[in-house]
Amino acid sequence: MVDLIYQLFPYAIAFTIPLLITSLGGLFSERSGVINIGLEGLMLMGMFVGAYVISSIESTYPGTAVWIGLLAAAFFGALFALLHAFACVTLNANQVISGIAINMIASAITVYLARFFTGSGNLQIIRGMPRITIPFLSDIPVLGRLFFTQTYATTWLILLVLVLATFLLYKTRFGLRLRACGEHPHAADSAGVNVYLMRYMAVMISGACAGLGGATFIVTLSGEFNGTAAGLGFLALAALIFGQWKPWGILGATFFFGFASTVANVSQVIPVLAQIPGIYLKTFPYVITLLALILSSKSSQAPKAIGEPYDKGKR
Amino acid sequence: MSVFAVILGLIAGAILMIATGNNPLDGFYFLFRGGLMNIERVGNTLATATPLIFAGLSVAFAFKTGLFNIGGAGQMLIGGLCATAIGLTFDWPKPILLAVIIIAALIGGALWASLPGLLKAKFNVHEVVSTIMMNWIAYWIIFYIVPQYFKGPFLETESQRIPAAASLKVPWLTSLFSGSFINLGFFLAIIVVVISAFILERTTLGYELKAVGYNRDAAGAAGINVNRNVILSMAIAGALAGLGGATFYVGFASNMQIGVLPAQGFDGIAVALLGANSPWGVFAAAIFFGILHTGKGFMNAMTAIPPEIADTIIATIIYFAATSVLIERNWDKLLKFNRDNLLRRKKKESLEVEAGGDQ
Amino acid sequence: MELIVEMNNIRKSFPGVVACDDITFKVRKGEIHALLGENGAGKSTLMNILFGLYQQDQGDILLRGKKVNIANPNVANNLGIGMVHQHFKLVHNFTVTENIILGIEPIRALMVDTRSASARIEDLSERYGLNVDPEAKIEDVSVGMQQRVEILKMLYRDAEILIFDEPTAVLTPQEVQDLIKIMHNLIEEGKTIILITHKLREIMAVADRCTVIRWGKVVGTVNVSDTSEEKLAEMMVGRKVLFDLNKIEAHPAEEILKIENLSVRNSNGMLGLKNFSLGVRCGEIVGLAGVDGNGQTELVETIIGLRKPENGRIFLKGQDISSLSTRKRIETGMAHIPEDRHKHGLILDYTVQENLILKNYYFEPFSRNGLIDWDYVYAHAEKVINDFDVRSGQGVEASARSLSGGNQQKAIVGREIDGNPNLLVAVQPTRGLDVGAIEYIHQRLLEQRDQGKAVFMISLELDEILDLSDRIAVIYNGELVGVVNASETNENEIGLMMAGGKRGAVA
Repeated sequence: MVDLIYQLFPYAIAFTIPLLITSLGGLFSERSGVINIGLEGLMLMGMFVGAYVISSIESTYPGTAVWIGLLAAAFFGALFALLHAFACVTLNANQVISGIAINMIASAITVYLARFFTGSGNLQIIRGMPRITIPFLSDIPVLGRLFFTQTYATTWLILLVLVLATFLLYKTRFGLRLRACGEHPHAADSAGVNVYLMRYMAVMISGACAGLGGATFIVTLSGEFNGTAAGLGFLALAALIFGQWKPWGILGATFFFGFASTVANVSQVIPVLAQIPGIYLKTFPYVITLLALILSSKSSQAPKAIGEPYDKGKR
Repeated sequence: MSVFAVILGLIAGAILMIATGNNPLDGFYFLFRGGLMNIERVGNTLATATPLIFAGLSVAFAFKTGLFNIGGAGQMLIGGLCATAIGLTFDWPKPILLAVIIIAALIGGALWASLPGLLKAKFNVHEVVSTIMMNWIAYWIIFYIVPQYFKGPFLETESQRIPAAASLKVPWLTSLFSGSFINLGFFLAIIVVVISAFILERTTLGYELKAVGYNRDAAGAAGINVNRNVILSMAIAGALAGLGGATFYVGFASNMQIGVLPAQGFDGIAVALLGANSPWGVFAAAIFFGILHTGKGFMNAMTAIPPEIADTIIATIIYFAATSVLIERNWDKLLKFNRDNLLRRKKKESLEVEAGGDQ
Repeated sequence: MELIVEMNNIRKSFPGVVACDDITFKVRKGEIHALLGENGAGKSTLMNILFGLYQQDQGDILLRGKKVNIANPNVANNLGIGMVHQHFKLVHNFTVTENIILGIEPIRALMVDTRSASARIEDLSERYGLNVDPEAKIEDVSVGMQQRVEILKMLYRDAEILIFDEPTAVLTPQEVQDLIKIMHNLIEEGKTIILITHKLREIMAVADRCTVIRWGKVVGTVNVSDTSEEKLAEMMVGRKVLFDLNKIEAHPAEEILKIENLSVRNSNGMLGLKNFSLGVRCGEIVGLAGVDGNGQTELVETIIGLRKPENGRIFLKGQDISSLSTRKRIETGMAHIPEDRHKHGLILDYTVQENLILKNYYFEPFSRNGLIDWDYVYAHAEKVINDFDVRSGQGVEASARSLSGGNQQKAIVGREIDGNPNLLVAVQPTRGLDVGAIEYIHQRLLEQRDQGKAVFMISLELDEILDLSDRIAVIYNGELVGVVNASETNENEIGLMMAGGKRGAVA
């Protein structure tokens, strides 16, 4: 049993990380008052851009290609999210519809382009992110094996982002204003905060994070773009709600989902788990989220102004 | 507004074609030709449009009552599973079997969607999130149930083919449209469009549902049972999507694939938006999307343009349908504003003239 | 005297309406200048222009003699203008300090320096006698304290010109006295105050001068010491205002509504209404006075069946209706004019005729076998809008949204009274209406009473309560403070009761 956990842990963490960063992206957007159903599409965009960039330059720059790919994915994620921001912030469109459109545009256009580039619509990368074992720290009993062996550099990068995001949201001027926009945009506006600008920035941050999440998934776990994010973006959205719109809650929720998904994925090769029908394991995160929604319905921590277009005129 | 969104969607498609080195005029020519060039293709267009009509009605019906049904895909899967399960299990005469299949799909979809309705009514759980979760639950249920109980002879990833008696395809219709996919589902769709329009416009049920949709608080204060209407509305939406699932899996197709959320569930949102949530608008929008989907393969064969262009156009239409209402509203405001100003200026001038006359 | 604010020939129009039409408005340094007008007269728009939330179409603004362009609230803040909005602009889950510093946060080592800000707020609070705890969360403090936070927000920004938009709407008469004291403190410290209001008595009590606005135009500016309430009212409305309704004596009969030991939880799960008992008889108007948020909402929602009581029972015509649905209660003879006509009264996207059948669409002759008889519905609506003087551009087929506030309210009153109810629960029946509509609705309420029906009126406007009621019940903190006969009480006594003081405490 213990061995099993040791075996599963690196995979669970690897699965958690793309969810975590995407969910953190959603956190910024929703804390500023913009619902982001489009995380799935933004992630897919990151997967596509990451896979495309890496596959085209990895023979020339074998070492750095992965990092350039991640950077490009974040950049294009932010750029693509601009579309969502424009609809939601400038045009006061329905945020849910815009998010759905983002998902649909992403899945259509990435496959369109991938097919244009390769014919098949799949983009493979040869060298993913290498797994590293951190010296000394990996010698710590138990924890060393769980957390510091067979890890990816992206894992540490994204955990750093988590810390930074927490700091940014709760300790800085930017965070205070961003949260004010999500709770009471009129209050923020009358205090001289540019609500539109804050929301644009927040949505673009969410795009960058989700793009990074998608590319991270490509370079660590899947190794190829195949035209779908397989619901990961929705899982990240679920984690955002399950984590009650708080950074550390999100960490818990994504790890929970990451672990559950890993267990489901490997269940057939592990005798103990093979007895549990896959259907239970696979639907588990979604069912849990529904239950969490029911339980938290009375005391939801959702930002108050979420989903409401901010209209200066209406006050 | 709808026309506006369509035009912008087509322009976006054209830009994408140009960006990938193709001539958009050729592209659109083959795209529409592919959807309409002969009786067989027209039949395919109508067959493709059939599940879209149901999915669009599902979204539109829920929307009329203020609910956002993103769960069309999952409800279609459950409806399709019910239909397929019955079609593969029972060996009844075709009319009876089809009737049972349709009712089963309707009930399956309705039950599947009433859970989010119930959660909304009882716990105020947002239906957008819960229907997304329900989609993935349905996805995994199909993923495991189909191979376990209805596995096809060749592939792990699809069900057996349903027998002819369980298919909505009928020989006379197939031959009328020279071998097309068109099936009885299309006529069922027309009937359901008529019924939906009648319910919404003429009945107390429609009045209640719309009242709840427009203003839940006022409806409640006036004695309308809001929770009942929310659940009912989701159930109806689910029933419609479930029917769509039946027309897709035992009409258009002949078996169920696993590992796919039917795109119609999401295209239905575009259909509803483009059809301005009115039943006949939905019908027209679905036919339009049917043309795009049917023509894309032909276009791909005749040009170098990947078929996903159709999906791109549809996705862009949703985006613009969501925003163009506002663009247009602002446009109207601007026009009205200018007119008012003009009127006022004229009035002021005439007053000044009068004042001048006094001096 | 030195002019601190000059707004010259200001014009501002919105699609369809001209909110400010050539308004000239001048404020002297160190005065309290009231801006008086009916709802929708253009007062708030004018002040939103001064505060930089709107831009004027024409005209210019001079501050301390210099022409300024106030592009946004930041500019207004920098120019020393602050505003307390009618609906407070406070983030509920932020602390007092966080709310005050929002937008001008002091920074230390990359982080927001709340500690030094708190200290400064503490100082300001003491200096002006505001008694605010900088660390408290907004959701945990009283409405009065929230208003003082808004005042601190202005002071923290060193504002010299303070705009108060209807500041007394949410306060008890005694809290109003405190606010007046605070205002005098502010004037002594050299501040200038602009007070937006439609309450004549407050102007007489606190203001030095008053500018009256009607339909977007200035009627005039007067010294308060040279005028009277009657004159101000006439300027505001444009005609003589009857301060007295022709109210004949009430003939109360049997009790129709009986509320017994009712306790109700509010949305936060706390007891919003505690052991509340009250009876309303046929042929009388019972007014419920109280400051907003003292349990009125919970009471009303429980009476009409939108909220479940924790304890206690409600009887209508002797029948226990505590567990009946809203519809059953309506069928038993209860009607309801809701507080918020847009939220609870009308379906704005429905037409007038559709709104008028909101409570009876489901039975004959409005519908048969589940099918609505639109011809009958049309005829019915025509009759109601004629009887109740609802004016609508396109008749009964106009959308409810297109009606003016007064006509929307008349349509609701029409719908409710048309059902011939035994009990009418009227919540804030004249909120936000102009004087003409107010008078009309008051007359219709009295008519109900005179026809032997019962009216239970809940209002935050003490004048309305005193004018219309036969008996007055006062609610404070979810509890019934007492019931008094309207003819045997006065504003002062009710005011004290609204702050929780029991009857008889007044010596």
